[in-house]
Amino acid sequence: MGVPLLNASGCLDPLTAPEVARSLDVVVTKTITPLPRRGNPPVRIAEVEHGMLNSIGLQGPGIDVFVDDHLPRLAALGVDLWVSVGGFSAEDFARCCERLDGDERVSAIELNLSCPNVEEAPETAAELVAAARAATTKTLYAKLSPAQWDIAASATAAVAAGADGLSLVNALRGLALDERTLQPRLALAVGGYTGPGLRPVALACVYACAAAVDVPIVGMGGVVSGRDALELVAAGASAVALGTVLFADPLAPGRIRAELGAEAAARGFADIANPSSPLVVRTGKNLQTDENDTA
Amino acid sequence: MQTERVEVVANEGVGPYRLLRLRRSRLQPGTPGQFFMLEAPGRVLPRPFSLSLAPTRELGFLVEAIGPGTRAIARLEAGEEIRVTGPLGNGFDLSVRRPLLVGGGIGVAPFPYLSERLNGPPALLGFRTAHHAEAAALVPNAEVVLDPTLVTDALPDDPGDVLACGPAPMLDALEGLVPGAQLAREAPMACGYGACYGCVVERDGWYVRLCVEGPVVRAGDGAV
Ligand SMILES: Cc1cc2nc3c(=O)[nH]c(=O)nc-3n(C[C@H](O)[C@H](O)[C@H](O)COP(=O)(O)OP(=O)(O)OC[C@H]3O[C@@H](n4cnc5c(N)ncnc54)[C@H](O)[C@@H]3O)c2cc1C
Ligand SMILES: Cc1cc2nc3c(=O)[nH]c(=O)nc-3n(C[C@H](O)[C@H](O)[C@H](O)COP(=O)(O)O)c2cc1C
Ligand code: FES
Repeated sequence: MGVPLLNASGCLDPLTAPEVARSLDVVVTKTITPLPRRGNPPVRIAEVEHGMLNSIGLQGPGIDVFVDDHLPRLAALGVDLWVSVGGFSAEDFARCCERLDGDERVSAIELNLSCPNVEEAPETAAELVAAARAATTKTLYAKLSPAQWDIAASATAAVAAGADGLSLVNALRGLALDERTLQPRLALAVGGYTGPGLRPVALACVYACAAAVDVPIVGMGGVVSGRDALELVAAGASAVALGTVLFADPLAPGRIRAELGAEAAARGFADIANPSSPLVVRTGKNLQTDENDTA
Repeated sequence: MQTERVEVVANEGVGPYRLLRLRRSRLQPGTPGQFFMLEAPGRVLPRPFSLSLAPTRELGFLVEAIGPGTRAIARLEAGEEIRVTGPLGNGFDLSVRRPLLVGGGIGVAPFPYLSERLNGPPALLGFRTAHHAEAAALVPNAEVVLDPTLVTDALPDDPGDVLACGPAPMLDALEGLVPGAQLAREAPMACGYGACYGCVVERDGWYVRLCVEGPVVRAGDGAV
C-alpha cells in the first residue's frame, strides 16, 4: 500500500484527460461555485522562475450544471471523486455542500478557503467550515492558504469547526512584469504562484499543522518527484496532491508513485502508508517535540 | 494524446529559425494544425509547437527563439532527450476543394506537413526579411511577399478555402476578409490538454480553452 496520490484542484480536467484521472487514487474537481463564473480575462498564465502564475478566477459552470451535467460523466470514469467548492460567503459554501450532501458519487468535499484570485469571503475560514459542516455530513477537507503567519492556528480552528482533514497548501500571490515594458504579464496583474518555488513553503505549513492537529493532511505545493512527495509525507502529510507538474508531465502520477516507493525503500521505509511505519513515527508528531520551535 | 521521452535527431538552421527533428517513437503525427507540448529544458512548463514535418520515424518542429522557453528548445542538440506530449487540439479540416495556405512569419510552421497532406496546394507567405523567407523553401508552390507588403494585400479576389497561421493581426484581418477561413490561433498555454484553463479565448461571451476547442478555429465562429 502506498501514499494516495491526488490531483491538486484546478490542475486537471478529468473529462479531457480521463487516462490521467485514472492514474490517480483520487480525483479532485476544479473549485465549483454556486453560480456559473466566466473567470478572469486572459492573459491568465505566466511562467516565472521556479514556477508559474495563474489567474483563472474560478471559471466554472456553477453547482447546478455541475451536478446535473458534469457529475454523471465524472462518475462514469470510475475514480474516487472529491468535489472542491468555493464561494464568497458562508452561504455560498453551505449552498454547494447542501447540493452534494448525500450524493454517493462524491466521496469528500474540499473547501477552497484560499483562492488567491478572487475576493475573499467576509467570514473567517472557521466560520466557512462551520457553515459547510452544518450543510453536509460528508467528509470535509479545508484547503488553507500558505500566506498566513500562524497557519497552525487556522488549522486548529478549522478542525474545531468540523473539518475532517486539511489540504495544504493553495497558491501564494505573485506578480510578474514584462521584461521590456515593466507592465504586468497577467491581465489582472496578480496571480497565484505555484510550482517548485512553493515547495519549502508547503513543507513548513504541513509540518506546522501536523504538529497542531490530528487529522489527515493532503500535502501539495511544487511536487515534481517522488522525493518531493516523500518529504511532504515525512513532514506529516498522509496523501500528496500533484498540481503544476501535471502540466509538464501527464504521466507524473505513475512516475511519482514509482519514485516514491523507491525513495522510501532506499531509506528503509517499506510501508510508508502504515501509520506505525518508522517514517511516520519519526517525523510528524515526533518533530513537534524537537527543541526546534520555529514551526 | 501520448507522452514520450524522445531523442533529438538533428537541429538544423532554416533562415533565423531552427528545424528540430525528433525521433517519432510511439507518438502519432496527428492532423496538420494539431500541436505538441515540448519540454523546455530548465523551465517549469513545456511549450506548444505545431507539427511541421512528419517524415517516417521522425517529428519535425520549426522553432523561433523569442523567449526563455523557445531559446532552451532551440539550443537542443542531437542525442539529447525531451518529454513530448501530443498530438493535441483540433487540426485543419482537410476536406477542402480549393485550398490556399496563408501564413506569416513563424506561422509557416504547420504548412510543410499541411501542404504534403493536401498534395501541394498554392501558398501565400509573408515574412519580415529575405532571411526569414528562407523558411518558404519548406513549402512547395509558395508565393512570398516581404514587409511592408502584407499577405492580405496579395490575397486573390476569390481566395478559395483559406487555411491560415500567423500573427494575430494577420488572422484578425483574414477573419474580416474571408468568412469561413480556417485560422490556427495562439494563446499562452501551460498544459495543452485542457487541464489548466490558462489558454482561453472569448467565444459567445464565454471563455473557451483554445487547446481543446482549437487551435484551428473558423473565421466568423465568434472565437477571438
Ligand atoms: C498551438 C500553438 C502552436 C505553436 N506553434 C509554434 C511553432 O510551430 N513554432 C514556434 O516557434 N512557435 C509556436 N508557437 C508559439 C510558441 O509556443 C511560443 O513562442 C512560446 O510558447 C514562447 O515561449 P518563450 O518562453 O520562448 O517566450 P515567452 O517569454 O513566453 O514569450 C515571449 C513573448 O511572446 C509572447 N507570447 C508567448 N507565448 C505566446 C503565445 N502562445 N501567443 C502569443 N504570444 C505569446 C509573450 O507575451 C512575450 O511577449 C505556438 C503556439 C501555440 C499556442
Ligand atoms: C492553473 C491553476 C488553477 C488552480 N485552480 C485551483 C482551484 O480552482 N481551486 C483550488 O483550491 N486550488 C487551485 N489551484 C491551486 C492548486 O490546487 C494547488 O494548491 C497549487 O497549485 C499548489 O500545488 P503545485 O505547486 O503542485 O501546483 C490552482 C493552481 C493552478 C496552477
Ligand atoms: S493550455 Fe491548459 S487548458 Fe489549454
